[in-house]
Amino acid sequence: MTEIVVIARLVPDLVEELEIAPSGTALDLSWLRVIINEFDNHAIEQAIILKERSGATVTIISPEAEGVEDMLFTTAAKGADRLIKLTGIGEEKPTNLSLAQTLATMIKEMNPDLVLNGVQAHDDITGDLAPQLAQLLDMPYVGYISGVSLDGGKAKAYKEYPGGILAEMEINLPAVLGIQSSEEPPRYVAISKVRQMMNSTSIEEIQSSELETESGVVIKRMYLPEAAERAEMLEGDEKEVATKITSILQDLGLL
Amino acid sequence: MTQDIFLLIEHIQGQVSDISYIMTAAARKLAQKEGGSVIGILLGSGAEHLKDTLAVDKVIYCDHPALAEFTSDAYERTLVSLLTEYSPRAVLFGNTTLGADVSSSLSTNMEFPIVSSCIEVTESGSLISQICGGKIMVESQLADKTTLITVNPGGYKPEAGQSDSTPETIKFSPPDLENLKVKLSQYIEPDIGDVDISQEKVLVGIGRGIQREDNIELAEKLAELLGGEVCASRPVIDQGWLPTSRLVGKSGKTVKPNLYISLGISGATEHTEGVIDSKTIIAINSDPDAPIFDIAQYGIEVDLFDLIDPLLEQIESVKNESSG
Ligand SMILES: Cc1cc2nc3c(=O)[nH]c(=O)nc-3n(C[C@H](O)[C@H](O)[C@H](O)COP(=O)(O)OP(=O)(O)OC[C@H]3O[C@@H](n4cnc5c(N)ncnc54)[C@H](O)[C@@H]3O)c2cc1C
Ligand SMILES: Nc1ncnc2c1ncn2[C@@H]1O[C@H](COP(=O)(O)O)[C@@H](O)[C@H]1O
Repeated sequence: MTEIVVIARLVPDLVEELEIAPSGTALDLSWLRVIINEFDNHAIEQAIILKERSGATVTIISPEAEGVEDMLFTTAAKGADRLIKLTGIGEEKPTNLSLAQTLATMIKEMNPDLVLNGVQAHDDITGDLAPQLAQLLDMPYVGYISGVSLDGGKAKAYKEYPGGILAEMEINLPAVLGIQSSEEPPRYVAISKVRQMMNSTSIEEIQSSELETESGVVIKRMYLPEAAERAEMLEGDEKEVATKITSILQDLGLL
Repeated sequence: MTQDIFLLIEHIQGQVSDISYIMTAAARKLAQKEGGSVIGILLGSGAEHLKDTLAVDKVIYCDHPALAEFTSDAYERTLVSLLTEYSPRAVLFGNTTLGADVSSSLSTNMEFPIVSSCIEVTESGSLISQICGGKIMVESQLADKTTLITVNPGGYKPEAGQSDSTPETIKFSPPDLENLKVKLSQYIEPDIGDVDISQEKVLVGIGRGIQREDNIELAEKLAELLGGEVCASRPVIDQGWLPTSRLVGKSGKTVKPNLYISLGISGATEHTEGVIDSKTIIAINSDPDAPIFDIAQYGIEVDLFDLIDPLLEQIESVKNESSG
């Protein structure tokens, strides 16, 4: 049976206001709302599509965070077979390398054919997790993938290039792929089905080894962008604003 | 370790990518501070001429059939051998689908620290990165050993890294490139689509804020009134609501209309890099902190569904007046 492992991370929800921690060199995670990393969600979908197409066991591993159980049960409702929560994540975001090290130790024992991960996470400053993991697992890595099929010890994957060009890549298995988008949009599952999973499935907990929060690169400060050249904001109720926009359009000679 | 600043020159199908020039501009800044030379790494097959327009001091060129087009495996093996020999101060990679495929795995392989998403090198040699879709800035410094940096487009104009004087070449012998685990089978060109948005004068860009496929009609109506077309950010395309030919940004098209109206687009760098050259940008977003307001000339903080009807009415009435 094909073994697929997916790493799914929760990341800050960018719709919320982001704040800097008192240290001045990290995000303040205490009040932050987190959501599933969009690209990891696509990686999950791709894994489930592969399972439906030709059979596979899908294991999801997620570092602990607020709401991680709900997220894991949701993946089970979509069709994931095994759920693992990685515990021992501290207050501060660990470097991707140290996260990759602890994950690699776990994943080696699972002997997977394919490891899928979102190609990046928007809060990363210490490189991308998936290629670091590939290196530690001694597997080939290809990222920015939108579409995968498996055939006789190889994966055929479509890698995105600028301008919409796709490169069809042939990759020896086992491999790590960084998913940009799944072949179909991530599916919706009803909350009732997720609840069912809460009763019928369990989440395994695995303790991570010691995680590093510093990479050698010195972070001097994190800050919100200085609003130097922000747009001229058009104020007023909707009618007034509509009038202002219309007169701009007239000035541009469009009306 | 030397003080030289290296950069990996990116090229696809015989064309040097803009990011290579942008990295050259950033590398020059860093080299000024660190006191070394700027050296381009060019991997290819019969591709030495690609160095000609880059404003680098030297190019290290490695020629091998397996390096004709990018694959992570062949590139990584070559880079490990090359960087071991040269031990530069820093190496710049594009934060692109090429550069990001090799930079992080190299950093792990060679135990070189890496900084992601750099947009600028300051006078004092600090690196400024942009993360969280442009909502957070990070200032960092090179580590005390060879540091890898991925560079986002947008911080420098490609022209700043171009030059007429041809850099000197140093040849580098490729390592063993047998038994590669990754092979490029073919390139698949994108569907041309019904319209070429890169040629349109007016574009209405829609993002996740449009919420449902049915709502796209509203944007289409606006575009039609202004004689333009709709285009979209990635989430809209990934939902399958519009064809890929309408995608704007890093993995889609670069557009430069006279007017770009964005509806419910946050303004992540991967999107804005494709619209930054628009003459006028009007951004409509309900989040006052949305980074799209940093690149727009006019911004409206409003729920787009409250604004769109009054706006369509206003435009229609002005059009009727002028035609009647
Ligand atoms: C390698 C790579 C390549 C990528 N290439 C591209 C690319 O080519 N093009 C691209 O666009 N993206 C690309 N992305 C994705 C990019 O990083 C962002 O995720 C994407 O641009 C976000 O799209 P969005 O702004 O529509 O959605 P979101 O970031 O979710 O923003 C939605 C916005 O809508 C606003 N909103 C919500 N409801 C309303 C309402 N009722 N009224 C008004 N405003 C509302 C919200 O405030 C928010 O700002 C790429 C990512 C990667 C990693
Ligand atoms: N995103 C994708 N995922 C999987 N297969 C794809 C993808 N894009 C294109 N293909 C395949 O690539 C081949 C050529 O695609 P096209 O050029 O779109 O006709 C066909 O076999 C498609 O099914």
